Amino acid sequence: MISDEQEGPAAPPNGVLGNVQTKYATLFEPPHELTFQVGAKLGPTTVAYETYGTLNERCDNAVFICHALTGDAHAAAFHGAEDDEKPGWWDGFIGPGKGIDTNRYFVICANVLGGCQGTTGPGSINPATGERFGLEFPFLTVSDIVSAHSELVTHLGIRQLLAVIGGSLGGMQVLDWAVRFPDQVRGAVVLASAPKLAAQGIAFNAVGRRAIYADAEFANGKYYDGEGPRYGLSLARMIAHITYLSEDSIELKFGRRLQDSDRFAFDMQKETEFQIESYLHYQGKRFVQRFDANSYLYLTRAMDYFDLSEGYDSLADALKSVTARFLVASYDTDWLFPTAQSKELVSALLQVGKHVSYTELPCPFGHDSFLIDLGPLTEMVAPFLEQTQLAGRTSADE
Amino acid sequence: MSSTRYQLPDPTVPLTDDLIMRHIDDNSRVIDLGCGDGRLMQRLSDERACNVVGIDVEQHNVTAVIRRGLSVVAADLNKGLADIPSDTFDFAVLSQTLQQVQRPKELLTEMLRVANRGLVVVPNFGHWRVRYEVLRRGRTPITQTLPYEWHESPNLHFMSMHDFRDLMQSIGLRIVKERPIINGRAVDRPWAANLRADSAFYLLERSSAPTR
Repeated sequence: MISDEQEGPAAPPNGVLGNVQTKYATLFEPPHELTFQVGAKLGPTTVAYETYGTLNERCDNAVFICHALTGDAHAAAFHGAEDDEKPGWWDGFIGPGKGIDTNRYFVICANVLGGCQGTTGPGSINPATGERFGLEFPFLTVSDIVSAHSELVTHLGIRQLLAVIGGSLGGMQVLDWAVRFPDQVRGAVVLASAPKLAAQGIAFNAVGRRAIYADAEFANGKYYDGEGPRYGLSLARMIAHITYLSEDSIELKFGRRLQDSDRFAFDMQKETEFQIESYLHYQGKRFVQRFDANSYLYLTRAMDYFDLSEGYDSLADALKSVTARFLVASYDTDWLFPTAQSKELVSALLQVGKHVSYTELPCPFGHDSFLIDLGPLTEMVAPFLEQTQLAGRTSADE
Repeated sequence: MSSTRYQLPDPTVPLTDDLIMRHIDDNSRVIDLGCGDGRLMQRLSDERACNVVGIDVEQHNVTAVIRRGLSVVAADLNKGLADIPSDTFDFAVLSQTLQQVQRPKELLTEMLRVANRGLVVVPNFGHWRVRYEVLRRGRTPITQTLPYEWHESPNLHFMSMHDFRDLMQSIGLRIVKERPIINGRAVDRPWAANLRADSAFYLLERSSAPTR
């Protein structure tokens, strides 16, 4: 099955995933370049990905994880490179005996096209010029991201995925995948997401992009020899980070508490007086170290443009062709991707007679809940995967 | 038992399930309102090859239905069926639940908006034992179909078969079939049904709906 890649490490007996390495696949070698939605062609491209667990003989246990805006391929386990290393971003959800059980499933997670964590993006070298793409990188949509993921799955020798799972921008990828490649997806798990980004989401993205454009170091995207738009990018992250939290969670975690003192400093120079200020500054600063501003521009735009019903009469019409079973969940405190948007998706799925389960989960952590509140998710996703696999085997045996 | 649950631990459950099953065509699209753990849904799916969707407010029931590999949407019947598109289902099932929702009239109308036909099972408050209990003891009756103390009953509304018929007329729904359930049996046209029936089964249609 996986001839040119090394096997994923087997789970050690203690039920914890062993260290993993990010792998790199070269796809879309000319003359089979990737054709973007806007018509541009690109190839070859590199896709960074990780896998956990083992592909079974029936080849019916592969689960693809779509990461959100600033995530990466490192979804679970450790790389084993540093002592104080943090595990992958969904490690609480992916692993032996966890929600997505790596003893049963072969889990794949890849960095998105246009990203900056190993997959080809605006920070990569343009083979045509020998320089970094910058804003010369083709205009990117969610469909282009999914086209690259879909090709990776084929490259790994997998004809059909048991499920595609994602939250937020990852959920949008799941939707696009289920609609455009119905034969490749048996199950679709859409968390804290929407069939299109609402005006409020576009508004926040616009402010983030403006912060980057307005930074003098941005230099029209050709900043790779310099420091780059650090202030702009960190400001974009600070704004976005607020939208990932909820009023309650921010109040609970920080309240009006001051960072270094019990008293106000009455100092206009002091920018991090409240704990929440300090936290946001820290988040912004850390983000700049790991993320490319051009990727941020491209990916937020891809998110803005996403509308599943585009080119169809209605959302229900767009969903007519899907064959996957759906599991949809939203969170009661998520105001970036509010429940109403998930319900719109569920209504449309019901209208065209598709198999869908939906719930709104109570959780105080706002949009980020899908990354944090893994207990209730596990309760639903684990049986959903199990039953989807069973249904596949039953229909295959008939 | 929690008063927020819709499903009753009703000894007549197998009977009402059978009754409902008999009135649903093979391969139809069914929505089960207040589906509980999906018991009836499973039978409709396995024995009738129906495409079934359950609605329930409790997360543990949502999970239970997912564990059966069936489709379930978490929703509170007290808030209507706004997220369910019109004319999506052939049948809507509302078994031993109507008396527990805040606005039964609205829910019945909604039910027949999303489905062509409605199957409803409700306890009959007109049963002689209920009347006798009220008269004799002067207290809220506790019977087999109404097994709760007044303060812990999930039942919010008490209606007799007469009441139900009146309501159907006033909201423009047609009773296609009525089967009083007497001593654990569904009986066709019994005498004094409103006195003798513990509960009643109804097959409903919109008055304007063409006969199928």
